[in-house]
Amino acid sequence: MSQVNKSMSLANPMPPFTDTIQKLAAAVGAIGLLLLFVAWIGNTLQSGALLALSLVLISSGTIIYSWRAYAGIPEGIKNNGVWLNALTNKGLWGWISGIFITGFYVLLYWYPNLLGLGVDGAANSGLVGFFDPLSRMLSGNAASQWFVYGTLYTVAILIFGIKFILKYRHNKYQQVRTFSVMFFQLAFAFLIPEFMQSMNYPYYDFKNMWPLNYYFFFDWNLNGFLEAGNVGLLMLVSGLLMTFIISPILTFYYGKRWYCSWVCGCGGLAETAGDPFRHLSDKSLKAWKLERWMIHSVLVFATVMTVAVLYSYFNGTGDILITKPMFIGITLLLSAVVGFIVWKNKKRIAESGKNLPLIIGGVVGGIAILTLLAYFTGSFIVDGNLLRGWYGFLIGAAFSGVVGVGFYPLLGSRVWCRFGCPMAAILGLQQKFFSRFRITTNGGQCISCGNCSTYCEMGIDVRAYAQKGQNVVRASCVGCGICAAVCPRGVLRLENGSVDIAERTTELKTIHISADKIGIL
Amino acid sequence: MNIVILGNGISGVTAARHLRKQSDHKITIVSSETDYFFSRTALMYIYMGHMRFKDTQPYEPEFWTKNRIDLKKAFINSIDFKQKHLIAKSGEKIEYDKLILALGSKSNKFGWPGQDLERVYGLYSYQDLEAMEKFSPGLNRATIVGGGLIGIEMAEMFHSRHIPVTILVREKNYWDNVLPIEESKMISRHIVEHGIDLRLESELKEILDDGTGKAENVITKSGDTIECRFVGLTAGVSPNVAFLKEGELEVQKGIVVNEYLETNIPNVYAIGDCAQQSNPRPGRRPIEAIWYTGRMMGETVAYNICGKKVAYDPGIWFNSAKFLDIEYQVYGTVLAHPPENHQSIYWEHPEGRRSIRIVYDNQTQEILGFNLMGQRYRHEVCEKWLRDKTPIETVLQNLSLANFDPEFYKEYEAEVISIYNKQSGKNLSLKKKRNLNSVFSFLRS
Ligand SMILES: Cc1cc2nc3c(=O)[nH]c(=O)nc-3n(C[C@H](O)[C@H](O)[C@H](O)COP(=O)(O)OP(=O)(O)OC[C@H]3O[C@@H](n4cnc5c(N)ncnc54)[C@H](O)[C@@H]3O)c2cc1C
Ligand code: SF4
Ligand code: SF4
Repeated sequence: MSQVNKSMSLANPMPPFTDTIQKLAAAVGAIGLLLLFVAWIGNTLQSGALLALSLVLISSGTIIYSWRAYAGIPEGIKNNGVWLNALTNKGLWGWISGIFITGFYVLLYWYPNLLGLGVDGAANSGLVGFFDPLSRMLSGNAASQWFVYGTLYTVAILIFGIKFILKYRHNKYQQVRTFSVMFFQLAFAFLIPEFMQSMNYPYYDFKNMWPLNYYFFFDWNLNGFLEAGNVGLLMLVSGLLMTFIISPILTFYYGKRWYCSWVCGCGGLAETAGDPFRHLSDKSLKAWKLERWMIHSVLVFATVMTVAVLYSYFNGTGDILITKPMFIGITLLLSAVVGFIVWKNKKRIAESGKNLPLIIGGVVGGIAILTLLAYFTGSFIVDGNLLRGWYGFLIGAAFSGVVGVGFYPLLGSRVWCRFGCPMAAILGLQQKFFSRFRITTNGGQCISCGNCSTYCEMGIDVRAYAQKGQNVVRASCVGCGICAAVCPRGVLRLENGSVDIAERTTELKTIHISADKIGIL
Repeated sequence: MNIVILGNGISGVTAARHLRKQSDHKITIVSSETDYFFSRTALMYIYMGHMRFKDTQPYEPEFWTKNRIDLKKAFINSIDFKQKHLIAKSGEKIEYDKLILALGSKSNKFGWPGQDLERVYGLYSYQDLEAMEKFSPGLNRATIVGGGLIGIEMAEMFHSRHIPVTILVREKNYWDNVLPIEESKMISRHIVEHGIDLRLESELKEILDDGTGKAENVITKSGDTIECRFVGLTAGVSPNVAFLKEGELEVQKGIVVNEYLETNIPNVYAIGDCAQQSNPRPGRRPIEAIWYTGRMMGETVAYNICGKKVAYDPGIWFNSAKFLDIEYQVYGTVLAHPPENHQSIYWEHPEGRRSIRIVYDNQTQEILGFNLMGQRYRHEVCEKWLRDKTPIETVLQNLSLANFDPEFYKEYEAEVISIYNKQSGKNLSLKKKRNLNSVFSFLRS
């Protein structure tokens, strides 16, 4: 019997899963990585050229590999085999890479000497030493473990960003926002701070604001600004403006996405290097409950710590413009403003949790009372320094770094953003109650398939809303737009509109049935 | 009251949810396919590795206990309408006061020789999916018989695992009995672009037996032999009502119901794929085996049982699907073979994967329908225009209100208008920009 295969297609009907070029590209990338290991373990490679070679090999390997994976086939959603692959379904490779990244973070935070950081003035060696030439070129200083980290982090966002753009080459929203995070990482998080340092200004990332940047109000940071003259003042003012003016305005207009999936570095890594793991986020109601408790506790922790630290800062002497009573005044004023807004909108806020206005009010009131008490008793009940030590260890290092990134292949890419980030908590509260942003559901077109929920990195059960014809207004939504992209029926759209801010959540649209007879579903 | 729902698909489950919302009756859902409700439309994504089976279940297991909806896994052999109970395969009897039949469909078989061999399956149930999974390793080729919406999904499934696929389609172009010719050609092109062996005007003659009762190879009416060890039958579905045909329940193709979804037997209702409207609304078919109508019937029957009489009204026709990478949406009436007065404005992107078709009545100028490929339009806006019988020129000038593509996507509404201008010699232009606030003011007007 003769095989009839009169495929009318010009394209190769059956492209193999990985072709030869991809295998070569993987090998090239692996050699680049190997160079890093040799530099680390062998402790002898101290050449800028070799470092450059290593980074170029890693980057070109990754980019060529992804180009082959996506470019030869028609554009569209590329999720085939995601749950069948041992790297992305919490299989063997997922665990191996999880343990590997976690281990790297542990060394980074607590044993940098093992990475080759010179102790007590000694010269760097190993991996950190390998990066010295690049660091000298940019800032004039020898490298630190943070420089190594920052470089690798930036390289990861850039190369996996390119991969992501290739993967979504049919989706302009995805491309624009990925280009944006790549730009902010490269320019604002990596290059500008290095150049500033080379000019003897403090290290400062202009896009990183309090409370994500939890040390913004620490004494050494503030002193650094104050000692740096006009540039330092600019940094201080821009940091305050970002936190208190620019961020609320942008969040009002566009939702928290302007930051979380367009600008932020943590989000940037999650959206690029973390993209293959986004579906691993937990969608259960239990996880949602845990999320609300955790993220808001971290916010309270960050706020109390900051107030306590600042309090002792203004307690000290020094040529600072603000005196202790003024600081107390500012804290009380801010508390009053927040309290007033919550009270004015208590009905709306209560809709998403009966006790929510009380809880928010209680926390804000508590902080105000603590500050006042401190003023009269002379010291804060909680010791600012102790708090900040624990915060740095628990939240700054263990949570945002080790768990946040190390567990990508096991818990999904946005664990930190969802459960821990105090910035996300503030933006989220605002997004939920005072923003024009929502994800609109397209009438009755939802087929409850579950793609949107599965690929939501924040673990939002988007389908639960979409199948009822309800808009998605959730504090945690970072507006990545992936739910809308993967929806096979064109049901979801990220939108901003001002006329219905208060009813974004409540107005259920009719799915059908002569609306006048029954009303809404 | 003790309400039993037979079938845990979208229509049965929607009925249960709405019954619970409005009442305190005892509710039991009986089904034999799976323990929990899952989205049938997502079967393909499980096989392709986009989701796990668990992810296709819209409600967590706690949902059912919390809402006091009892789930029972049992296959029902027959129903005693006089004694008011179902008789399960195990012999168990399940009593009811009111019964909702939501039995769904089964894949069509048209008496082809070899259609009952092993390795021949439709794509409807979870068990069909398991079979595809079982026979996939080492599979040389799958042949799929029948175009339409399910055939292409089955083809995409095998294709995602790099298993060669042949589709036999009777028509001249893919699904051209439903799609207008341009869209139908677009889809045909797209299938071939993916490297799938699409054979148009080609019909199944017989499926051969490998000597052990398993399918091996297919012969077409034109005499071609296709070597394959799996055959998919996707030539449509029909109501799954065989076990009810002999009784007092009125069954034609489906279970016959009136506009209140009542059957000829008191206290027995039928909804979803298995229901046949005795008196369908103008322009609608008696059986519409789609997700959306099942959901609407589920909601309607709940109102009727809870004492609010509501006639089933499917509203203005809409549907959607996805052909490999091309999304498809339709609102209103867009016919493959339209009568004289149905005038089309058709725009297609030069790359040939995106198109907008707007149909209107050239006598009355009323808007009739929208057919969209690779382009998303807003349901409510299209629906309002259709309901209000809006003149075509008003629609065109406000067309941006309907655009539902993601932000930053190029908008093509102006090109649609220029096609109309060319056809009519007019000089219209877009009046509004795409903007959510304008959408609200339009919808609320
Ligand atoms: C692959 C696929 C893709 C689809 N995609 C779309 C789409 O994109 N859009 C769209 O609109 N529609 C789509 N459809 C159609 C849509 O899924 C159906 O119209 C819908 O699921 C029907 O729902 P239902 O509740 O009427 O029946 P079903 O979902 O079939 O539920 C009936 C249930 O009853 C059970 N049952 C039947 N008889 C018995 C018995 N005697 N004892 C015990 N249990 C019994 C069955 O096992 C089944 O679980 C698709 C269908 C398929 C198969
Ligand atoms: S709901 Fe959608 S846009 Fe929001 S985070 Fe989840 S996937 Fe991204
Ligand atoms: S919104 Fe889209 S992706 Fe989500 S369940 Fe509905 S159809 Fe599926």
